[in-house]
Amino acid sequence: MTAFDEMDLGPAATQTQNGQSQSQGTNVRAPYRDYKRWLDSAPGDMLARRRQEADLLFRRLGITFAVYGEGGDTERLIPFDIVPRIISAKEWKRLRRGLKQRVKALNAFLDDIYHKREILRAGTIPEDLILRNAAYVNHMRDVTIARQTYTHIAGIDLVRTAENEFYVLEDNCRTPSGVSYMLENREAMMRLFPDLFAQVRVAPVGHYPDALLQTLRDSAPPHCESEPTVALLTPGVYNSAYFEHVFLAEQMGIELVEGGDLTVKDDIVYMRTVGGLKRVDVLYRRLDDDFLDPKVFRKDSMIGIPGIFNAYRAGNITLANAVGTGVADDKSIYPYVPDMVRFYLGEEPLLANVPTYVLRRPDDLKYTLEHLDELVVKEVHGSGGYGMLVGPKSSKAEIETFRAKIIAKPEAYIAQPTLALSTCPTFVESGIAPRHVDLRPFVLSGETMRVVPGGLTRVALREGSLVVNSSQGGGTKDTWVLEEDEAEDIKAGEDD
Amino acid sequence: MLSRAADNLYWLNRYVERAEAMSRILGVAHRMSMQSTHGGTRNDEWEAALIIAGCDKSFALHGGPPTRRAVIDFLAFAPDNPSSIHACLKAGRENARAMRAQITSEAWESINAAWLEMRTFSMAKVEADGFSSFFDWVRERSQLFRGVAEGTMQRDDAYRFMRLGTLLERADSTARILDVKYHVLLPSPGDIGGAVDYYQWGALLRSVSAFRIYRQIYRDSIRPLKVAELLILREDFPRSLHACFAEIVSILQYLRESYRRDYPSVRLAESMLLKLRYDDIDSIFTRGLHEYLTNLIDTNIELGAAIARDFMQPN
Repeated sequence: MTAFDEMDLGPAATQTQNGQSQSQGTNVRAPYRDYKRWLDSAPGDMLARRRQEADLLFRRLGITFAVYGEGGDTERLIPFDIVPRIISAKEWKRLRRGLKQRVKALNAFLDDIYHKREILRAGTIPEDLILRNAAYVNHMRDVTIARQTYTHIAGIDLVRTAENEFYVLEDNCRTPSGVSYMLENREAMMRLFPDLFAQVRVAPVGHYPDALLQTLRDSAPPHCESEPTVALLTPGVYNSAYFEHVFLAEQMGIELVEGGDLTVKDDIVYMRTVGGLKRVDVLYRRLDDDFLDPKVFRKDSMIGIPGIFNAYRAGNITLANAVGTGVADDKSIYPYVPDMVRFYLGEEPLLANVPTYVLRRPDDLKYTLEHLDELVVKEVHGSGGYGMLVGPKSSKAEIETFRAKIIAKPEAYIAQPTLALSTCPTFVESGIAPRHVDLRPFVLSGETMRVVPGGLTRVALREGSLVVNSSQGGGTKDTWVLEEDEAEDIKAGEDD
Repeated sequence: MLSRAADNLYWLNRYVERAEAMSRILGVAHRMSMQSTHGGTRNDEWEAALIIAGCDKSFALHGGPPTRRAVIDFLAFAPDNPSSIHACLKAGRENARAMRAQITSEAWESINAAWLEMRTFSMAKVEADGFSSFFDWVRERSQLFRGVAEGTMQRDDAYRFMRLGTLLERADSTARILDVKYHVLLPSPGDIGGAVDYYQWGALLRSVSAFRIYRQIYRDSIRPLKVAELLILREDFPRSLHACFAEIVSILQYLRESYRRDYPSVRLAESMLLKLRYDDIDSIFTRGLHEYLTNLIDTNIELGAAIARDFMQPN
């Protein structure tokens, strides 16, 4: 299985029909041409030197990363690769349309299942899959929320397999993280390669905090007549994404609050400030549903705010994201997202799912059991690679053990073909070499939908590895979306 | 500004100031114990140090006599003594860490470096290298942190609460040093003007960096009444109670204006400042210095509680 390479360094690469490219005798894909030209003209040890600089830079800039780490030493949590991942304006435009469409459908779905449940009555999604789902929050039944928006901030994980083939690997509708890497990586690249940015027109991403703040303000409850008060709720300093919480709160100029900073009186949420109690209208919460309110959810939560759910239900505060969004990004629901697009929007999905076998369906189960050595089988409620079978990399015995588990409880699993994830040139020990990547753009839903041109590109730094998770040798790259010469709309990222 | 942030920053500076005060208290005890001419027992100075530090009771629980070694170990290094230099720098650094986004990176680095270096000191090392250089190091680190904060931080509420922490702690420390030393140093009125005065009161002045200032202001030999006046009433001496309260009041009044609220703590601080402004040292001595200082220390504690109620625990 040969993987599609984003830059296409290989000698056997197919030539485009573009005469120019042939006359130049290159086999570099168009979005990377300017970058490649710059790279070829740079002195041999330039990348190695810049990478050392990058290390220093992150040690200095990244003091925020280190401070909260155990032991307080200056190690960055996730390695940074200095070769950018580049996406053309045209590719991005297509992606952006698809992303907005998908998130719009996910929001419609969430509103529907907590209210009218039309999609269940229509039989498009089996009722028990929703109502008996652990991520379905009964307390949200018939709760009215501002703008009927549930997932204000969604992170959609994409993978690429060919020139025009992107797939959604996973939706993240709860509290997606990683956007600070998008911003910090760009900051680092601009410091390291100012000359490069003069030659290649890269769409800026630095306005993300503005777009986020605007989205949060858009989502204020109806009582808010003046400027709503927005705050960011963090689980606290020991949370692994704490630096991101600090970073975003600082960038947006809003208070970073912990549970203890908030209090609820007569269904109104206040924060304790030196000027007395101050009403909070919108809470960008980076705290899971379970811990939010010990009166309603986990009783043992010490980091929640007793009574906040009642205030929420009364419509006195907006929580972003809403409570109960987890049911939309559950692995058992994922196969139905394209149907949601058709059902709510009457459109064909622009972004495809990875073909998925739903093992509660007898046909899919039969096929899967016959092809276990080719497929990836995932537990529907599992995460982080637990309860997962990677067929091509497993022994006969492992496959047989898993087969027994599937047969015992087929509805707990889905199966997917192993994808040939695209690779992107990456600066490793041996020089520049292809490594597998994915992409997480962030989709904001407020009065309008906003997608900042970029995202978090994660890269599997180990040769041949498909695992981009930072806990397993994954790193990050800056993601460049090129600007079209005339189309300024990319910059704004708010139209179509 | 969040109450929790104000609380953290206020205590950050209180801890740093307390570490400095502790090093000053130990420094003066050390100095005095080397020139013990007032005829007391050898451990007098160290007992006094414990009383000034407010650690006499907790030390007694530990058992053992207040020897030089035991007292320095307890006030400088004991991790289980919440007022020890070790514990103060640790707690200050923890508070700074939690407030990383509210202070400048320079201020953070300064307190973090102080804590990391503190961990390399031990009783054995300090005994070998000399106590004075360790006490100097603590004082310098505290001054460096304050200086860096002063030179880099925006003059916002974060900075104001940090200042409040410094000032309340400093006022408390100056009052305690004077109160305790006054008792220790005045065994009989007949000694006034003797060599004892010069060395002992001189050491006291040095402990609050006031030796030269005293000479500048009074151009006179060292007299207890004037030392007390300098430490309590002179507004131009930065560690005096008057100077501390003048700044406390101006910060609190600023906060009152900007939040347009009635804070009981502001009124309490104002009434204290009025007293310091209009009292004169003769009448203080007539009424009794000890009673006067005890009252100041109690009111200062009350003020700390009132600030906490007003700003850090709003309901």
